[in-house]
Amino acid sequence: MLALLRNQKIRGIIFQLLTVIGLVAFLWYIGANTVANIEQRGIQTGFGFLEGTAGFGIDQSPIPYTEENTHGRVFIVGLLNTMIIAAVGIVFSTIVGLLIGILRLSNNWLIAKLAKAYIDFFRNIPLLLQILFWYNVVLRAMPNPKQSYNFFDTIFINNRGLYFPQPEYNTTFFAILISFAVAFACVFVLNRWANRRKEATGKDFFVLPWGIALFLLFPALAYWIGGAQLHFSFPELRGFNFKGGKVLSPEFLALAFALTIYTATFIAEAVRSGIEAVSHGQKEAAASMGFSPYQSLKLVILPQAIRIAIPPIINQYLNLTKNSSLATAVGYPEIVTVFAGTSLNQVGQAIEIIAMTMLVYLIISLLVSALLNWFNHKMKIKER
Amino acid sequence: MAVYSKKETRKAPSNVKGLTFWLRENLFSSPFNVALTLLGVMLLVWVIPPFVKWAYLDANFAGSTREDCTGGGACWVFIRMKIDMFMYGFYPSEFRWRVNTVYGLFLVLVAAFRYLKSPVLKIVLAHVYFIAGFILVHGGLAGLEVVPTDKWGGLMLTIMVAAVGIVSAFPLGVILALGRASHLPIIRSLSVTYIEFIRGVPLITILFMSSVILPLFFPEGMNFDKLLRALIGIAMFEAAYIAENIRGGLQSIPKGQYEAADAIGLSYWQKMFLVILPQALKVAIPNLVGVSIALFQDTTLVLIIGLFDLLAMVRLSAADSYWLGYETEGYVFVTFIFWFFCYMMSNFSQKLEKRFNTNLRK
Repeated sequence: MLALLRNQKIRGIIFQLLTVIGLVAFLWYIGANTVANIEQRGIQTGFGFLEGTAGFGIDQSPIPYTEENTHGRVFIVGLLNTMIIAAVGIVFSTIVGLLIGILRLSNNWLIAKLAKAYIDFFRNIPLLLQILFWYNVVLRAMPNPKQSYNFFDTIFINNRGLYFPQPEYNTTFFAILISFAVAFACVFVLNRWANRRKEATGKDFFVLPWGIALFLLFPALAYWIGGAQLHFSFPELRGFNFKGGKVLSPEFLALAFALTIYTATFIAEAVRSGIEAVSHGQKEAAASMGFSPYQSLKLVILPQAIRIAIPPIINQYLNLTKNSSLATAVGYPEIVTVFAGTSLNQVGQAIEIIAMTMLVYLIISLLVSALLNWFNHKMKIKER
Repeated sequence: MAVYSKKETRKAPSNVKGLTFWLRENLFSSPFNVALTLLGVMLLVWVIPPFVKWAYLDANFAGSTREDCTGGGACWVFIRMKIDMFMYGFYPSEFRWRVNTVYGLFLVLVAAFRYLKSPVLKIVLAHVYFIAGFILVHGGLAGLEVVPTDKWGGLMLTIMVAAVGIVSAFPLGVILALGRASHLPIIRSLSVTYIEFIRGVPLITILFMSSVILPLFFPEGMNFDKLLRALIGIAMFEAAYIAENIRGGLQSIPKGQYEAADAIGLSYWQKMFLVILPQALKVAIPNLVGVSIALFQDTTLVLIIGLFDLLAMVRLSAADSYWLGYETEGYVFVTFIFWFFCYMMSNFSQKLEKRFNTNLRK
């Protein structure tokens, strides 16, 4: 018997069994208490509430929504708003982050120090504080609509948000939209062809001027083909507020600014450490082959740096998406604000609602880690 | 056949030294660099003088009422009059010496840590400190009057949430990291599930869960304090992140160390606590400081579930009808405090990294 207990395998099994028993007992205890508590407090259970009328308004919704809609629709609106803010944040934080990361490595002393100061300053301030600062101190302190900041009579900023012209969604508009996609695809194909030709013949082909030409030509063509009917609705001051155009609310702007500025610091650091991780010998080898600084960056350093920098950058995208939940502090109607906030207060079914909210984020992060695994596998150094 | 032409040889690097050389190399090496430098200088001129003017030259420091703020700049009088609120929340002023004592004892603890050699003594001392600190702040023992947790607030609460969060999450994090590295399949999958679940959701949903759902999990009458619920949520959250960082440390330990420990006949726990973890933690410490910085920043989220940390106190004070319009000063003040703490911590972690020389690249 004692010998059996000394056997490592047996001990492992016993230990795991005890853990499982303990866990099940704990969950069972929690479950029983929860059922009793729910019954006693008269809380409803199940997902029937999703069919119930919400009865509250949401001031920003990408899909039609009224007070008579259901909590299920509130969930969808919240989810879409989360995705919008995440997408906007990802695009802008990538642009700012790449820029700052490159400036950080600039051989201009002043610029490198300024970029470092930007990173050291903004990454050491809590995101929530930054959101509240933008919202309370900057955006809500803007003048009222009558004294708006006016940019060429087309863009206005005031304490109700940022107003800008909005195109009418007609055939011309969509034709131009499609033409951009086509131009993008053409440049992509052209670039590949130019690279192949260069490898085969050594002849240069400069894609940039052709690319710019395509990006000018195709939309112009699309404009005529699509019927030349591009109309904008301009924001105009009527009475005490603006009519027409598109408006970005102060809540959205505060969140977008803060997420962009905060996440950009981490992306900049990822870019920097990726580039610095490429060993010095590689740079020297490129220089001794007679590569220009641009060539050595493009052909030697970046292909290796990207492999290192992309995984942390994708992780930052995930963090940004999770951090967008701080919207609830300023009231931008994303999923935590409207669904885990307002709907939860009305329905009171905390378990179902919080579980659904968590599930949304879990699914997003599982998708992202699947993407990361795929990327790491694809980018793995192919060793002999 | 590719045709390559000979390239012109580049100029050899100059060996002249001096200020003008430095300026030319670092600021004005090419027309593009000149433009960048000018842009940088413009940015500095645009940001710094107005800020100094607002925060110092035109600012009002003296006085005690709103009317004393006559300059066009910042009204630091507001901060001065509210500083007690920012530091202690609603903690009764006659008992504030108790909080200050806890701060003072921390210095004693740090000093003692420098001189004590035995790790067991250190751990015992740290525990004594935390228990004594809790008794001092909360009261209820040794003739100290009880100060209920809803009176706690300000920077004191921020520091407390961060410290208690890290300290209580640490053992759980170690266990989870060991579980994830374990060979026992059930233990490993349980640990992985927990870690990935927590890391997949935002802290705010966990705080909602701990403040709304947690009371449902326990029998009626077992009342959790609001602060305690927040702390449980934060500790659960932080444990997953600590575990991931310790796992990184565990992975960096060569296999020979495990085999050597097995060869001299150590049990699993002896092997882990005497051989593996001391080395793994050393590697993980810089990253763990990083986690601490993130947690310190994340403590601001407790304001969303209705606790009054430093940021919440500033918001509340700025909404005071007498001091209306001075929220900028308040936000600048909190920014400075948070920035100071986080910057100190990240400098500390860089120093540690150098001292332990865990950065294997160099």
